[in-house]
Amino acid sequence: MEHKGIWILAEQSAGRVQRISHELLTRGRDLADKRQAELTAITFGHNINNEDLQELIERGADRVLAMEAPALEHFLVEPYASCMLYMITRYHPEIIIAGATSTGRTLMPYVAIKADAGLTADCTVLEIEEETGNLLQTRPAIGGNILATIKTPRHRPQMATVRPRSTRPAQRQAGRTGRVEHLEAPSEMLFSRIKRLGFVKSQDEHGLADADVVVSVGRGIKKGENLKIIKPLLEAMECALGASREVIDRGWLSYPHQVGLSGKTVNPKLYVAIGISGSIQHLAGMQTSENIIAINSDPDAQIFRVANIGIVGNLFDVVPVLAEKIRQARSC
Amino acid sequence: MRIVVPIKQVPETSAVKMDEATGTMIREGVEAIINPLDLYAIELAIQLRETYGGEVVTISMGPPKAALAVREAIAMGCDSAVLISDRAFAGSDTWATSYVLSAAIRQLAIESGNVDLIICGERATDGDTGQVGPGIASFLNLPVASYISKVDEIVNGSCHVHRLVEDGYEILQVQLPTVLTVVKEVADPRLPTLRGKQKAKKMDLSVWGAAQLTVEADKIGLNGSPTRVVKIFRPTVARNCEKFFALDEQAIHTAADGVVEYLRAKELI
Repeated sequence: MEHKGIWILAEQSAGRVQRISHELLTRGRDLADKRQAELTAITFGHNINNEDLQELIERGADRVLAMEAPALEHFLVEPYASCMLYMITRYHPEIIIAGATSTGRTLMPYVAIKADAGLTADCTVLEIEEETGNLLQTRPAIGGNILATIKTPRHRPQMATVRPRSTRPAQRQAGRTGRVEHLEAPSEMLFSRIKRLGFVKSQDEHGLADADVVVSVGRGIKKGENLKIIKPLLEAMECALGASREVIDRGWLSYPHQVGLSGKTVNPKLYVAIGISGSIQHLAGMQTSENIIAINSDPDAQIFRVANIGIVGNLFDVVPVLAEKIRQARSC
Repeated sequence: MRIVVPIKQVPETSAVKMDEATGTMIREGVEAIINPLDLYAIELAIQLRETYGGEVVTISMGPPKAALAVREAIAMGCDSAVLISDRAFAGSDTWATSYVLSAAIRQLAIESGNVDLIICGERATDGDTGQVGPGIASFLNLPVASYISKVDEIVNGSCHVHRLVEDGYEILQVQLPTVLTVVKEVADPRLPTLRGKQKAKKMDLSVWGAAQLTVEADKIGLNGSPTRVVKIFRPTVARNCEKFFALDEQAIHTAADGVVEYLRAKELI
């Protein structure tokens, strides 16, 4: 059986298509052009905004396959997987990529098992091996200490998850054409043994995984109440707040802020490490950031090994000056 | 309540060394530990047993030396353990690993009764994929609730859990049996006790190979794995850190100007 076409999983929340979907279109368009194949965005939800679906076309999709039902409003692994498998068996795509999000990292392995497909997590580079059409998937492993390139020689589809923020969203081209197809979800596929009872939104305005800029604090901050010193910087940068493990273990910030091996892996455009020495566990969670700035009083701190710019000094003196200069630079 | 905790033995990350010439990892002399993120799964399982009764079985797929990891889990308080070890499993990717572990869990159910809960760490610190937990669920046709940060209670055959997602926590009701993958927030791992260590030392460890499991030969090991690693290399850390020594008022301003200039050049502000 011939497997053809590149698919991306477009994620929606409350009926609105999420940014990760546009990033995946950048990856998907590149692969589709190399394979001279059609690019399809698949999506599951309920009452998905129609203009958002059209926007997927304007940003590079040739086709949108949307499956909608009340049971698909929120991510639930069983109905999402059943519906995705239904689409896969019907259309036989060659490649499927999804975001390495809480949804993508749960749904993709569940589907890959049943689809008998190869799956590679958290890819940073995707290329095509021309003669075979094999997807060459490069990903960091062992806490970012090595990179591995992985391929799936025989099984199709080839599946991969891609880190959020590792690509720019595809540009919107007004007037670009394609087709939006609404598929009916067969009712027997909507069965779920998991029920969503509610949702507690996090207090923070900017989620770590989704931020362009992350400012993180470490033990150098000395006390929980000293966090106020970085507030002007957070406001000037419009960024998410991260922290090293020590800060979490001392209870100065909650776990969702933790960056590192036992916390989140982030790769924003800019990572600012304040008072963080740079243990290997912390570096594992942030060293793939595009730009890194570190402030630490110890000139030999490990964090400077991965930084583009390092300031050796007392953070309590440096941070207020830096915040003010950035604020001024942004307001003019 | 019968709980299975699949764990993995991994190299201690901070001790990983690379062979500069070949670009491969030097495994000799590197301490092997229980995947740190599996400790939270073990702790949660023990706490649930303390509340609801039952037993905790830990399983691990790996080389014979992975026996150390399962014995340590016994020392922490797991009731029994099975090591899944066979040369035929070598080279398994996450697909084949999920297949073998799911077959082992089926075998456990056949030999000693139904399994209610399977609790996994979020991911292993070496492979870093987080795919095996959902993979086991898929092979067993069970639901999976991933990134669980809290278990409220287990009542009427369902567990109520909190799932950490990008912008908050989902509150879910999950019908048992199920797979949970847990994050650090879920529990605070205990240390092994002296009594536990003695028990672990004396314990007769069951070892299951392909012959003890119902597995198809073409679905295990390297041959049964859809994916192939074709190249391993070291990331080039081409960051020559430009350092500012900001030890007095004027130097602080110079450093801050340097940062602003850098951010401008990179179009970050």
